[in-house]
Amino acid sequence: MKARVYVTLKNGVLDPQGKAIEHALSALDFQGVDQVRQGKLIELDLSESDPELARNNVAAMCEKLLANTVIENYTIELAD
Amino acid sequence: MKAAVIVFPGSNCDRDVQVTLRDVSGVEPVMVWHKESSFEDVDLIVLPGGFSYGDYLRSGAMASKSQVMREVVKRAGNGVPVLGICNGFQVLTESGLLPGALMRNANLKFICKDVHLKVESSQSLFTSAYETGQVVRIPVAHHDGNYFAGEEELDRLEGNGQIAFRYVEQDGSVEAAANPNGSARNIAGVYNETKTVLGLMPHPERLADPQLGGIDGKGMFTSLLESLS
Repeated sequence: MKARVYVTLKNGVLDPQGKAIEHALSALDFQGVDQVRQGKLIELDLSESDPELARNNVAAMCEKLLANTVIENYTIELAD
Repeated sequence: MKAAVIVFPGSNCDRDVQVTLRDVSGVEPVMVWHKESSFEDVDLIVLPGGFSYGDYLRSGAMASKSQVMREVVKRAGNGVPVLGICNGFQVLTESGLLPGALMRNANLKFICKDVHLKVESSQSLFTSAYETGQVVRIPVAHHDGNYFAGEEELDRLEGNGQIAFRYVEQDGSVEAAANPNGSARNIAGVYNETKTVLGLMPHPERLADPQLGGIDGKGMFTSLLESLS
């Protein structure tokens, strides 16, 4: 089973890298981009085949290491 | 005062702080590799600056989970003073020994220059040799020094006297222009609740010898020497 973990900055936490990308897109004449937020994608190959156990395990990984929950949120996607 | 300096792969200020500790205390610090699960009893633990584990994942994140940090967290819980400088501060927030987080500098640039800091209080192990409100000049050198905590947390830290240093103008005024990295409320360093753990982004060990252009940073080490000997 594969897991994808998306780690993003919480709302209200300033994302200077996202802002810089937003400005660069505007400078390249891409119109209509209201906001850019940058995050991380972490892919895991898991030996676990039970989705619920896998999700709980990955959530524990996020809490302990993959995300800093002071400033970041995470979402988990599972795929076979 | 016997100190331990924790050395991670990618630490690069470990020897600077080793020299400063040796010069100030006259006692050779013990250098402890990150894979150690234990080390001799010491009066002070220092987490030095650098780029531990190449700043992989987040600055300080990997180091905060290393073998030696379990022992550091345990000793900090028993009241052993811990000083985290720059990357050491990042390791302390990641390990949960200090509140908040250190994010990418607001201007996205690596900042390497001298800044002015206000000593918020002389009432600590780390600052007793300074005056409350004293302005000192200390170098910063970091990419991720933008201190963040929620508004309620910041109020709580201020109420408890847990703000150690703020970025200020030379006259001591707290201005946005004096804030090099976008830190909340110009915060450059914070204590834990018992003020036995201090983390700060500036490098006092880099200005602790007249040959290096000043000794404003030396006070932190003489404070510790007076408090811990």
